Amino acid sequence: MLTGLGAIFFYLFAFIAVAAAFMVISARNPVHSVLYLIVTFFNAAALFLLTGAEFLAMIMLIVYVGAVAVLFLFVVMMLDVDFAELKQGALQYAPIGATVGIILAVELVVVLGGYAFSPEIAAEVAKPTPAIAERQNTAALGDILYTDYIFFFQIAGLVLLVAMIGAIVLTLRHKENVKRQSVPAQVARDPATAIEIRNVETGEGI
Amino acid sequence: MTFDLTSSLILSVPELALALSAMALLMVGVFSGERANTTVTGLSVAVLLAAIVWIVVFPAQGEAFGGAFINDPFARFMKLLTLVGAAVTLIMSVGFAKAERFDKFEYPVLIMLSTLGMMLMISANDMLSLYMGLELQSLALYVVAAINRDSLRATEAGLKYFVLGALSSGMLLYGITLVYGFTGNTGFEAIAAALSGGERQLGLVFGLVFVLAGLAFKISAVPFHMWTPDVYEGAPTPVTAFFAAAPKMAAMALLVRVVMGAFEPIAFDWQQIIVFISIASMLLGAFAAIGQRNIKRLMAYSSISHMGYALVGLSANSPEGVRGVVIYMLIYLAMTLGTFAFILAMRRNETNVEQIDDLAGLSATNPMMATIMTILMFSLAGIPPLAGFWAKWYVFLAAINAQLYWLAVIGVLASVVGAYYYLRIIKVMWFDESVGAFQPMAGELRFVLGLSGAFVLFYVFFGGPVGRLAEAAAMTFF
Repeated sequence: MLTGLGAIFFYLFAFIAVAAAFMVISARNPVHSVLYLIVTFFNAAALFLLTGAEFLAMIMLIVYVGAVAVLFLFVVMMLDVDFAELKQGALQYAPIGATVGIILAVELVVVLGGYAFSPEIAAEVAKPTPAIAERQNTAALGDILYTDYIFFFQIAGLVLLVAMIGAIVLTLRHKENVKRQSVPAQVARDPATAIEIRNVETGEGI
Repeated sequence: MTFDLTSSLILSVPELALALSAMALLMVGVFSGERANTTVTGLSVAVLLAAIVWIVVFPAQGEAFGGAFINDPFARFMKLLTLVGAAVTLIMSVGFAKAERFDKFEYPVLIMLSTLGMMLMISANDMLSLYMGLELQSLALYVVAAINRDSLRATEAGLKYFVLGALSSGMLLYGITLVYGFTGNTGFEAIAAALSGGERQLGLVFGLVFVLAGLAFKISAVPFHMWTPDVYEGAPTPVTAFFAAAPKMAAMALLVRVVMGAFEPIAFDWQQIIVFISIASMLLGAFAAIGQRNIKRLMAYSSISHMGYALVGLSANSPEGVRGVVIYMLIYLAMTLGTFAFILAMRRNETNVEQIDDLAGLSATNPMMATIMTILMFSLAGIPPLAGFWAKWYVFLAAINAQLYWLAVIGVLASVVGAYYYLRIIKVMWFDESVGAFQPMAGELRFVLGLSGAFVLFYVFFGGPVGRLAEAAAMTFF
């Protein structure tokens, strides 16, 4: 349980996150929606920081704000999608959405209410977590990621390599009539090859 | 968890070789321009063959990378099958690549990376390595399914396969989280140890169902088969041949290892699921193939039903049953490669034809090709004394010895229904009016078709030693 200053900040961030999430679906302008989404991500990152998961918080900012939200912005701005028309009457389904949401929330409460850790896991959970000043998440993850989990790490790298090859194979097209810059050709130019001197007769062209 | 890096690396030499040479060949392809395809394909085949030789000559055994990777007789046998499937389909693609301008050097590189994923799947001894290997394999397969990107059907096939594959990966991951939550472990031995004591929880069964559903998708077993006919039809034929051969070996090996390794203590639960999947696949494969006119679609339904027959052996949960599965996969591989060599040779007027009616009167124009195809079709139908009969014999025998009589009866009935469409191809080839000759068959296709025909025809003479090898592979789990 959070108390004191931590609790105040928790409720502050949580409130802003929920309010911004609501604004994402109710904002009229899609660009505003994306900006509200970024606010939500920032507050979620702050909540992670409060629980001491500083690595997750930073990853959240880098991946979601830095990549995903920017991608959304690109899509919204570059594609001609009429969001206003898409969202026409979206709020009229709000009661149904709210009902589904409430049912899910009740189910979550019921499930989590009856949740029990097995004794071994409870013992693991009860072990004291070192303070951030003493041992950082990032360092702890790095310690095992490149030693014990090197095998999985390397395969993940190969999976990403396949994804990159796939994207290139399926989308890259070499256009025939495009002029490309050739740096070696430019550097190799000298006056002998680049300049041609001609005597132009007066009153005539070349 | 600490491990000795050197011994781990030595155990995984074939995988390392495949990974490094795939990256090196990618560079070769990039820097040698458009005409690199033949070179890269040749070198890829050489690397795959070298890996086969390495596995045969240095049969390493043991666990590596802290138990994430395991090499045992079963893994070696299935890896050999996978590598043979990959190498032969690459060889078969050479002529097609020239004729159809299907000349992307990325194709052999992606096939190698996909094969690497399959080998990791076969050697997976941990839920994490299972998932990583599966993703490496599948992602490369999605790309090669759509590699003919200017064809609408190929892109549709790729997209369909990708969406459904992503869904199945999601189910698999969900199952893995449930299994992890209820056993507290991801390693197969640790999961088995956690399951063997105490009663089985309901949540764990949910996890088991999701994991099996994800794996059933990869072997295209009913009810997760929907993608198969469209992908087989839409993808370029060499890619279809690869789909039908290598990934099936790896996914089946993975399925066997998961149920025999991790979920061995709750055999009663998974047996029910496997029996259901097996019956559904056999029946759907038998009945849905009847109406097909396209031979690639027909082979898709044929592969669905063959996966059903192979699972009959797994349902038995006995050394005999696993031996049956291993032998079945070996014979299925030989028959599939031969059939696809034949399909690739179905060329007329510089294009590939795919309709069964195009085969009419083949016995008059090319009797040798028609004869070998007839042998392969009889074998796929399970007519003695050809290899296909022995494959079915071992799995049904295992089912009967495990008192699964009705499963064996349904299997035999389904194979009678299935015989209809194999026999129809034979009838079209031998008794219908000829519609013109095919172009002369390429040398490599003739070689593969001949080898496959010889394997199927003479299996009865060398079935004994092969059976003993399969037995040694199966005994890994007992």
